[in-house]
Amino acid sequence: MEKPIISVRNLGKRYLLGVGGGQRYRALRDILANTLKNFFKRNNENKTPQEFWALKGLSFDVRAGEKIGIIGRNGAGKSTLLKILSEITEPTEGEVRIYGRVASLLEVGTGFHPELTGKENIFMNGAILGMRRAEIKKKFDEIVAFAEIEKFLNTPVKRYSSGMYVRLAFAVAAHLEPEILIVDEVLAVGDIAFQKKCLGKMSEVAKGGRTVLFVSHNMGAIRSLCGSAIWLENGQIMKNGDVDEVVRDYEETQLKCFDGSSYVIQRNPENVKNLSFYFRHVEMIDANGKHANIFRYNETLVLITEFAGEVVDGQFSAEFYIYNELEQLVSVGASGPYHGKYFDKEVKKIKIEIGPLILTSGKYRIKLSVMTGSIRADTWENAISFTITECQPFKTSCEIPAYREGVCVLQQSFGEVIND
Amino acid sequence: MNIDHVKIIRKRHGLIGVDFNELWRYRELFWFLALRDILVRYKQAVIGIAWSILQPLFMMIVFSIIFGRLAKLPSDGVPYPIMTFVALLPWQFFAQAMSSSSQSIVGSASIISKVYFPRLIIPTSAVISGVIDFCISFVILIGMMVWYKIVPTSNIIYLPLFLLLAFTAALGVGLWLSALNAEFRDVFYIVPFLVQAAQYISPVAYSSSIIPEKWKLLYSLNPMAGVIDGFRWCILGTATPNWSGIIISAVSVMVIFAGGILYFRKMERTFADII
Repeated sequence: MEKPIISVRNLGKRYLLGVGGGQRYRALRDILANTLKNFFKRNNENKTPQEFWALKGLSFDVRAGEKIGIIGRNGAGKSTLLKILSEITEPTEGEVRIYGRVASLLEVGTGFHPELTGKENIFMNGAILGMRRAEIKKKFDEIVAFAEIEKFLNTPVKRYSSGMYVRLAFAVAAHLEPEILIVDEVLAVGDIAFQKKCLGKMSEVAKGGRTVLFVSHNMGAIRSLCGSAIWLENGQIMKNGDVDEVVRDYEETQLKCFDGSSYVIQRNPENVKNLSFYFRHVEMIDANGKHANIFRYNETLVLITEFAGEVVDGQFSAEFYIYNELEQLVSVGASGPYHGKYFDKEVKKIKIEIGPLILTSGKYRIKLSVMTGSIRADTWENAISFTITECQPFKTSCEIPAYREGVCVLQQSFGEVIND
Repeated sequence: MNIDHVKIIRKRHGLIGVDFNELWRYRELFWFLALRDILVRYKQAVIGIAWSILQPLFMMIVFSIIFGRLAKLPSDGVPYPIMTFVALLPWQFFAQAMSSSSQSIVGSASIISKVYFPRLIIPTSAVISGVIDFCISFVILIGMMVWYKIVPTSNIIYLPLFLLLAFTAALGVGLWLSALNAEFRDVFYIVPFLVQAAQYISPVAYSSSIIPEKWKLLYSLNPMAGVIDGFRWCILGTATPNWSGIIISAVSVMVIFAGGILYFRKMERTFADII
């Protein structure tokens, strides 16, 4: 076995809540007051501050070149773990051994100063992240090109749009070249196109043989970047292992926590005030007629939707649009033009069967729309959403995530051609 | 993979020394942070860097009128303005270091909670950023000496020693104040008062020769007393200073500096959690 590049043993971090620790800082006044109080009150009730263990008994190893995703709900201890690994805060117990140069990116734009120009901030930020001046100089053009801010290099960043600011900040960080890269949820910035660019850069970094620890709530990104994952829950490891397995288990528990309202959606009356004919209600079921919002690859999804109001002239045609997480249109269906199916105005409830869903794993949103004659009577933008898990169409336990491997998986087969 | 380069992260106990290798690796950051302070300080001020010329000049005029003309204090045989300006040089540097470094850690909260680098860099570069103002004032001093036709004596070769002492004193006090302010925000209110009080007990507006003999020893405990006497002796060649006083002052600087480093290193472990 190769030696681990990071080894974490029995790591714990305690914070004190309430008395003393709960305040952001202590004021001399309080200390004086408390000392006096305790002096006069001989038998003071000993107010022990309440403890909170953000992390407890964590042990794991990371081998050189591994890409590890760290997942878990808010407050599970992900950020605390990264802060300890990047030496920002000290653990209360246990220890970490790191063999290599670490760069951590817990926030984009750390140390940016609004009064300084883009150029000045590149050098400043690079130095704070641990880059040498010569190193920054060498990569300067690359950074500027990546951020797309050539024209604004000598403008103070306070005049930048927030998009430009974030692009520049990410660009500097993306050009770090450490042996171990620790990244917190930094992809949740900028517009979709830029997020994709960041993700591309991240996987380029990851492919370069570097060790990466990556925290994100975006399971698609985790799946496509990481080979294994650690799932934290209340400061402890719930599951540690292959990324697809850990993410699937995590997602399933997460989805179980949802209440039924995500299978059955009622339209907000505010949004349909001025409409004569509209969607009032939609629910999602699986092939067995049970409510569902997670589907496996190749399963079928059924929408049952109810209308309200009056169709003015004759018949109507229902449509659905499916979008992926990047807001790309994945597929469309329309009862009238595609199937010659026009519903009479007496019909108030219809069923839309979609499937088999040959989609890659990820989250999808459905938009519903209805035409009466040639008039678009109603469009329900965020009608309902669903998740595809276990996209393993060829039973080879190779997960196909939307982020890396396209939106859908077409029927396919590979074979040799034998000349006879 | 470099096995020699293993870093062990665990809870540290007791007193912690300074990791000079690490500071050396981050040497560029000292200048970047100091440079940022300077750039930002003057960026939107109309007369910009001229402020660092005007401040000591005004102080010099006020001191010369009040203490020189009205109170008729002795000036050790040199024009009063020059005597106080020579003292204002290290004093302004020290006072500015006190106020800017005391705010430095709290002011950098957003960096401290997101990135690791040796925390000592923050108060140190706050002190370094005052060096620029010091240099500008020094040029003014040269101009004034030409005007008053004062030629420095050979004592001037000792000036670097006193410069170092001034820097050490400023950094020592700065380390204490920055770490204290991270924990007790009261420091923010105490510092302006402290600067003012310290100015009166330092020989800035007057010559230390007016201090009665029996108080001299106690007076020398003030770290800046030795620095300022030394500056006057080096630049103006005033009567040989009280060496025992300067040595006491220097020792007091060393004690403050060493204590400052130890206290800072002890406190820095919790900076990210308390600011």
